Amino acid sequence: MRLVVSFFVFGLLVLLLWAGLGLNPRELPSPLVGRPTPVFELPELLDGEGRFQHQALRGQASLFNVWASWCVSCRAEHGLLMELARAGVPIYGLNYKDTRTEAIAYLRRGGNPYRAIGFDAAGQVGIDWGVYGTPETFVIGPDGVIRYKHVGPLSRRVLTETILPLLQSLDGAAS
Amino acid sequence: MNAELGQVALALALSLALVQAVLPIVGAARGNPAWMRIAPYAAVGQFFMVALAFACLVAAFVSSDFSVRYVASHSNLALPTHYKVTAVWGGHEGSLLLWVLMLSGWGVAVSLGSRSLPLTMTARVLGVMGLVSLGFLAFMIFTSNPFDRLLPAPLDGRDLNPLLQDPGMIFHPPLLYMGYVGFSVTFAFAIAALLGGRLDAAWARWSRPWAAVAWAFLTFGIGLGSWWAYYELGWGGWWFWDPVENASFMPWLTGTALLHSLAVSEKRGSFKSWTVMLAILTFALTLLGAFLVRSGVITSVHAFATDPERGVFLLAFLALSTGLSLALYAWRAPKVGMGGSFAPFSRESLLLSNNVLLVVAMLAVMLGTLYPLAMDALGLGKISVGPPYFERVFAPIMMPLLFLIGLGSQTRWKQDDPMTLLWKLRWLLLASLVIGGLWPFAVGHWSPLTSGSLMIAAWIGLTVLRDIVTRLQGNAGHRGLAARLGSLKPSYLGMQMAHTGIAVFLVAVAMVMSYEEERDVRLVPGESVEVSGYDFRFQGTSRVQGPNYSAERGVVEVSRDGRVFTTLYPEKRHHPGQEMPMTNAALDRGLFRDLYVSLGDPLGGGAWVVRVYYKPYMTWMWSGCLLMVFGGLLAAADRRYRLASTRRVAPAVGTTSTSPAGGR
Repeated sequence: MRLVVSFFVFGLLVLLLWAGLGLNPRELPSPLVGRPTPVFELPELLDGEGRFQHQALRGQASLFNVWASWCVSCRAEHGLLMELARAGVPIYGLNYKDTRTEAIAYLRRGGNPYRAIGFDAAGQVGIDWGVYGTPETFVIGPDGVIRYKHVGPLSRRVLTETILPLLQSLDGAAS
Repeated sequence: MNAELGQVALALALSLALVQAVLPIVGAARGNPAWMRIAPYAAVGQFFMVALAFACLVAAFVSSDFSVRYVASHSNLALPTHYKVTAVWGGHEGSLLLWVLMLSGWGVAVSLGSRSLPLTMTARVLGVMGLVSLGFLAFMIFTSNPFDRLLPAPLDGRDLNPLLQDPGMIFHPPLLYMGYVGFSVTFAFAIAALLGGRLDAAWARWSRPWAAVAWAFLTFGIGLGSWWAYYELGWGGWWFWDPVENASFMPWLTGTALLHSLAVSEKRGSFKSWTVMLAILTFALTLLGAFLVRSGVITSVHAFATDPERGVFLLAFLALSTGLSLALYAWRAPKVGMGGSFAPFSRESLLLSNNVLLVVAMLAVMLGTLYPLAMDALGLGKISVGPPYFERVFAPIMMPLLFLIGLGSQTRWKQDDPMTLLWKLRWLLLASLVIGGLWPFAVGHWSPLTSGSLMIAAWIGLTVLRDIVTRLQGNAGHRGLAARLGSLKPSYLGMQMAHTGIAVFLVAVAMVMSYEEERDVRLVPGESVEVSGYDFRFQGTSRVQGPNYSAERGVVEVSRDGRVFTTLYPEKRHHPGQEMPMTNAALDRGLFRDLYVSLGDPLGGGAWVVRVYYKPYMTWMWSGCLLMVFGGLLAAADRRYRLASTRRVAPAVGTTSTSPAGGR
């Protein structure tokens, strides 16, 4: 009897581990995926008068990148963002918990890949987007629906395997 | 060329492992001595083949042969030579080769150390070890070949993960693997004993030194990993309850239980089937550890690149070996009998409590480690279990166990009177209460948990001391302290040394958890921050160039009462080709406190986030680990084990404790 129990427990454990093989622990689903972007309106970082609103993310599939000048990993992905921008991918930025002068100095040094940047000094909009660390990158469909979220610096692999194909299919479906 | 040679050597090792696994076990079953005698030769041959393969891989790394895929992805031209060598075990395939090398090395050690054992026993032990080798070699050759070519070869390789470019990393994996793999020896002894139906005191005596050595290596490996994480990761933590740390800690817990249970099996003939169970469990947990690290079911700083195929293979290996062992156990163990009886209060009963508490602790750790996986598998969401769970659950289990350490070695076998014993120890108890009650005042505010832990630490230390003194007085036959000390057995001294190590370690844990201070501040050059009476003045950073990285090096002057006594140089290193910069902390270590400075992120204008920690008694933590390690090795070195095995060449000497039916 005791034996049956111990074999049963052991079997359950093996089953659990086997089930675990099919899961991806790195994938953190964002509750925002599949929903429209949060509603926001922020001052534009570079253009002191301008505003940057959620409607700007409609019409064309785009990337929405959360960054800050104090974030070292953002520096690591900056080169990739510049490449993407040069290739014509629309990228919008959310400058998160930063100061205007340092953020502008950062872009002056590394180049500006963004079409428009929301300046979110207090991090309020970041909370709506569920940001818990920079950098984070969202893929937004032409309909303004969030399709994918990547946490941490972008890598060439993530771009070529996931993000770029997704952008293409989103634009393809819209046209 | 080298890679192909290595490949051939691995294939030969696999076939020798097959020979080692099959012939001796079948020979032992059929009573064919010629087949049994093959075991040591196969073990030695297998070791040489694996060593040759390992040498080939080292050669490929040193000569930067990037046509080997594994070399190309874990090394590059700029890597200093000693790190090229250690990069051999910097990834999944190479570390697996190291694992197999150790396994076959243990096989050779067993065949050399067991020449005085009965032939059938040696044959079975080596046969089981051959089976284990067979599994790992097949795993390596069929799913994770380190010699796979990458053609065309790249001009330069990717770098070795910068975290691993550190002296601590040179020794951490080999030592840890020595421990992991060492427990396959005790497993082999247990299975061999089950196969032969000979679970007796002799079996326990043969297993003990191997268990002690494996335990010492595992302790050393875990300790070194913790030491490395402490200064390398830059968070000032020493244990994170990370799933992979837990994976190494679980076999440590059951291995510790095994060590104690083997003592009872040898001395008193009790707990024998339980001991076998622990040996199987410990081995299964090392396999579970390998599975957790190498299959990608969990995220961790340690996890290797994931590949489902590997996970399936390892899981099948785990299921098969553990399932078969359990079946064999179910079939054979009940015939073994109970062994000597003992009273509710006796050394046996205390050691039984030790075993139960250790196994419960292991189950608690396992629950916390696998719980997120279970939730995810059942579709109940993604969660993570963090240090608060482990600390809350673990401490209440460990406290009684630690208290028992002091009691256990003072208690007599078979039967003792708790009241008499406590009366004998009353002054020690009182002294521990006083020491533990007052000690916190030397460091900071008083808290019950800290004080309680220190009381237990003092209690362990004092009882160890008392026991040694009593024994020395008892040895009236020897004159002079040196001669009397020399008359104490190494196994006894080893035990007391390891117990002292636990006490010293416990002091460190209590102190650092209660009194560490941490400040995260923004400092511009010239500014300073005060932590625990020490003044840290940030003097700015400068750019320095390492062999394969560039770094910002901070200069932090540390002073106390206006007097500068040291300057620390924390670094932020950037390795080209790696996304994340590396934090290299700077430490000033002392007997009673570590001062720890690491650089956070630059804030512009020369300002940096600077993390400053005051960590009391950290040195005690590492000293405690070392004491445990040396204790384990000393215990294993006892001549008794070798003499005893020589005397037992003739089988079936009917000693009292071998009586199967538990006659007493």
